Amino acid sequence: MFETALTLSDLAFLAKGAGVTLAVTAVSVLFGTLLGVVFGTTRTLLNAWTAAPMTFILDVLRSVPLLIQLVLANAFQSIAGLGWQPFTVACVVLSLYTASYCSEIVRGGIEAVPAVTRRAARSLGMTWAQDMTHIVFPMALRVSLPSWIGLTLGVMKDSALVLWIGLIELLRSSQILVTRLQEPLFILIVVGAIYFMLSFPIARLGGQLEKRWREND
Amino acid sequence: MFNYTFHWYQAFRALPDMLAGALVTLELAILSMVLGIGLAVLIAVGRNSEYAVFRGLAIGWVELARNTPALFQIYMAHFGLGAFGIHLSPYVSLLAGITFNNAGYLAETFRGALRAIPATQTRAARSLGMGPVTAFRLIVLPQMFRIAFLPATNQMVWAILMTSLGIVVGMNTDLAGVTQDLNVRTFRTFEFFAMAAIIYYALAKSVSLGARLIAWRLFRY
Repeated sequence: MFETALTLSDLAFLAKGAGVTLAVTAVSVLFGTLLGVVFGTTRTLLNAWTAAPMTFILDVLRSVPLLIQLVLANAFQSIAGLGWQPFTVACVVLSLYTASYCSEIVRGGIEAVPAVTRRAARSLGMTWAQDMTHIVFPMALRVSLPSWIGLTLGVMKDSALVLWIGLIELLRSSQILVTRLQEPLFILIVVGAIYFMLSFPIARLGGQLEKRWREND
Repeated sequence: MFNYTFHWYQAFRALPDMLAGALVTLELAILSMVLGIGLAVLIAVGRNSEYAVFRGLAIGWVELARNTPALFQIYMAHFGLGAFGIHLSPYVSLLAGITFNNAGYLAETFRGALRAIPATQTRAARSLGMGPVTAFRLIVLPQMFRIAFLPATNQMVWAILMTSLGIVVGMNTDLAGVTQDLNVRTFRTFEFFAMAAIIYYALAKSVSLGARLIAWRLFRY
């Protein structure tokens, strides 16, 4: 029962899949966070009515299953004749998906800064930009960072769905091995362990940060 | 740029089938939530158990559910359990995967909610002569559900969205599965999946709106 046909080169194949997972995650989180900061900040500047179109689009990205979004984007790029690789499609969809969640986190963080603090900054003669960079962002960062870490891990786990549009990431490479070796349980356990090792330490770090920062409040 | 003719009428003609699929999706999500809430209460209680075995099991469940992809959990139920001779249908493995995931996330929510309830509540209940189980059931649990209600509705929305993963293990009766079936037959991918996206959006929105109404009705005092 404890014998396996899994060889070192198979493990290397899995590692390559994990590399694709990490690459998709890194690109999506990078662009998603940049967009999310822009969207989130913009939303705090606009009132509810002028922000409505943006709010609606971001809400749609959060209320439609990621798998459906991937299929739609993939179908759309072939209809439009863009000729994107699956990797590009995956990164675009996941970036927008990340941005929609990140904008909420950023907005929550900015709104958590008390209005009196901001008024005090402005009263000291700071410009709006100085108030934003020196007062609001450092304080908002504290509130947002734990959720942002959670979001990053969420995107890494959700990136498993890109296998549906033909990208060979960690989970898909395990399926290829399962088809060849016929040892689904063992290979899935190995893959689960890889995901767990990638996610668990960072999740712990996020939890610790949250706890420590809450104590100082 | 668009060398393609959209055939929306096909998607509209398939609307009844897709709405029937949406019912299956809703049924799956509700079942996974009911089972998940039951398991999550047990896990949240197990976290505070005096027996290390229960504590370990509870922590293991929560960390596994939260640190691996939902799709992996569904795969595990569908392909992994085959090693023990357990062959689940797509419906059951999808339900099992989502329930496992829901229970893990809800357990953390419930644990936070339990911590927010003052210990004096239990002590007062015990002083009135209630047994530990009765005190937990009548005093602690209702307060816990009240605190955890909104996070739980978010989980419900998430469960609806997660049911779409069923197509990866061959599910063909829920909304995503029906859509995929139509897609394979007609190759009108964009039209059908756009329709599915609208239905998913409507489902998710009505659940969160309904939950808000229920919360307003239940918790307004």
